[in-house]
Amino acid sequence: MNTIEKKEVILDDSRVIMEALAQAGADAYIGYPITPSSAMYLHASTRYPYMLPAPDEISTLQYMSGLSIVGHIPVSATSFPGFALMLESLNMAYMLELPMVIILTQRLGPSTGTATGGAQGDIALLHGMISGGHPVPVLCPSSIEDCWFLSPKAVEIAVKLRTPVIILSSKERATTSRNFDVSTLPPIKPIARKYYDKKEPYVPYKTDDSLIPDFLPVTTNQHQVRMTSSTHDQKGIIQHTNEESMQNTMRLEKKILKYIDDYCYYEHIQNKSDSLIVSYGVTANAAEEASKLLSKENKKVDVLIVKTLLPVPTSIYDLITRYKKVVFAEDNINGQFAKIIYGERMPNHVTYVGSIGKMLSPEDIIKGGKF
Amino acid sequence: METKVLNTLDLPFCKGCGHHIIAQNTAKAIESIGVNVLDVIFVTDIGCHGIIDKALNTHTIHGLHGRSVALAMGISMTLPETKKVIVFVGDGGATIGLQHLMEAARLNINMTVVVHNNFLYGMTGGQLSGLTPKGFNTIITPEGSPYGEHDICALAVTAGANFVSRVLGIGDYSQTIKNAMETPGFSLVEVMEICTSYGVKFNPKRKLQEIVESANKPLKTWTNHRDPFKFPERKTIKNLFDELSPIEKLDVPQTLTKQVQVVLSGSAGEGVQLAATILCKAAIKHGYNITQKGTYPVTVGVGFSNAEINISPETINFHGLSSNPEFMIVTSQDGYDYSKKSMQLLRSNAVLLIDNTLPLPATEAHVLPFDFRSKGIKNACIAALFYFAKISNIIKTETLQGILAEMKMLEKFPLNTIENELSTVETIKS
Repeated sequence: MNTIEKKEVILDDSRVIMEALAQAGADAYIGYPITPSSAMYLHASTRYPYMLPAPDEISTLQYMSGLSIVGHIPVSATSFPGFALMLESLNMAYMLELPMVIILTQRLGPSTGTATGGAQGDIALLHGMISGGHPVPVLCPSSIEDCWFLSPKAVEIAVKLRTPVIILSSKERATTSRNFDVSTLPPIKPIARKYYDKKEPYVPYKTDDSLIPDFLPVTTNQHQVRMTSSTHDQKGIIQHTNEESMQNTMRLEKKILKYIDDYCYYEHIQNKSDSLIVSYGVTANAAEEASKLLSKENKKVDVLIVKTLLPVPTSIYDLITRYKKVVFAEDNINGQFAKIIYGERMPNHVTYVGSIGKMLSPEDIIKGGKF
Repeated sequence: METKVLNTLDLPFCKGCGHHIIAQNTAKAIESIGVNVLDVIFVTDIGCHGIIDKALNTHTIHGLHGRSVALAMGISMTLPETKKVIVFVGDGGATIGLQHLMEAARLNINMTVVVHNNFLYGMTGGQLSGLTPKGFNTIITPEGSPYGEHDICALAVTAGANFVSRVLGIGDYSQTIKNAMETPGFSLVEVMEICTSYGVKFNPKRKLQEIVESANKPLKTWTNHRDPFKFPERKTIKNLFDELSPIEKLDVPQTLTKQVQVVLSGSAGEGVQLAATILCKAAIKHGYNITQKGTYPVTVGVGFSNAEINISPETINFHGLSSNPEFMIVTSQDGYDYSKKSMQLLRSNAVLLIDNTLPLPATEAHVLPFDFRSKGIKNACIAALFYFAKISNIIKTETLQGILAEMKMLEKFPLNTIENELSTVETIKS
């Protein structure tokens, strides 16, 4: 019998995400140093077949888009100041329907804020970052195992749905070390790319019921490939607001919403309670601990750790709706995820607890959630 | 009428605009090279020139204003030289994306940029750009631009482009574009034009050639002979887990029954995080789970450095600063200042190990001053670990020694200077 040798090491999410993405088929990394994502840049420098330092974040997203047009799966990691600069180009990549993965390692803002301070303050931005309000898939790991599982899913979503995908991390997850037996992580199969291979002329943005157009890199010399980030028709020709081009723009939203439930990931810790703590990322670790502490006092609370954050999958709504008391726990002071789900005026049974400048602790959740 | 490259000669530009001639000259250059049109990738910027896409039989990519060069860099960087990447950009786009042009020239990426320099932003109503010659009238500067202009050719040559040429946008200059396309690496052709809608309107008495001459922009070609861009070859790519040393567990009895937190506070540049990692390795060798969280300012080698380490026989969920850390180790004034409040909040069951040069804080914790810093500032934190090991009995001092030996740090560490004192230190019972 073959036994895999146990390999207990000290590592952090940065390393696991970068390895998992590479194994999943991401082959190019464009980067530059930015706290707290610099470790990912360093890891990429030895791990990715194509790796190039970019002078800034606008260049980064443009190089990534170019690489994606050629058929690569590019990756970059950043935090808010860099991500803010990427936004116009990210809208471009979204409009061109280019697969790519961006890791957003949250740190304390606004602006440059505290580069080495943790926070979960960027989900509201992610929710509305595409002009028109169209959704971009956002996955959020809260453990090493999540990093290993969700990173290849990010690649899969990016390729299958032809879209940029965000992996949302934070300083306190990305840079905190822990012991872990890496032999427990199964190898990841690289994603198989499928390109348009018919003889009929290629119509770049024509789709069937799948709503996802066939991809064809510009390396082909069998068919003409046209892409434009301006409003366009199925042929990839710029248009004003005719019916075909508006159908195409609306399809960008519809295709994500059509498939997001296939990629709905969460962990539901059930203690037969009618109270629920909803959390994600690093704060989910505190939520889990809060539930354990409460059980020692014979108080029961369930925990929902959301891993597919955006667009919010139907099952997340369905699950939260079952509870009489819901407390959102996030490392921000304005309940950003809670407000994405409920809006500014939350129902009476829903509250949120948060923090700024420090990690929300299990005790903070218990106290703030009035458990 | 259709050519191999252009599917129509009825191009979407104003009558008399030089953009017609640029398109025709570029098409002629491509045809004369004899390259397959589907081995040509046009990347067009925002601006009047950018709506040429639909007239082209090549691949066409249309992106953002000013970013076409950067987008084309991404497209070109992994392609063979047989593919031809051509960028159409205006003087406005070249201004916005000036850094992209410099980077593409510096890296010498295989591509040809054709700058349509008609001295203004045409699509938005005739505003001046960074390439508008001083004295040229625009809607924003009707009395003439008071600013100097970039010499885009000089910039590109200086940045390392292999082929740069400036031409007047009239007649047949396809040979220049052909030469640019046939030069390996980065090439740029600046075509001087006058916008028929706004340039002529605001500068009715001026002629193109006179504008170019008075701006002192010579019509000539410059070259460099640098290697074109190529990704460095990677012979081997290693799994990121391979470079991590596995930590073997020791056959030692565990003394810890619940999670404890150790906070290590010192100065940046004094090995606080390294000491924290050594402590974590020791704890793992003793069969425990660990987390190590670092807190430090953005400065390097200056200010405080703090590590919060959890050690537990169970799974660790929350890894942040505990409301009741069991151990705190303070090795320097920076650490003292950073952790002042935390020290005061320590409870009576906590143990504070503090360098004996520091003031003793008011705290309920059991305070134990030791001489850490005299072992050398780089050794203070590691020395403190030995005291911690002895006092806590969570890890053994021999384990620390073993790790220092593995890390080839033992020879430099003055273990002999603490051995005597260590022998007198007693374990604190929890």
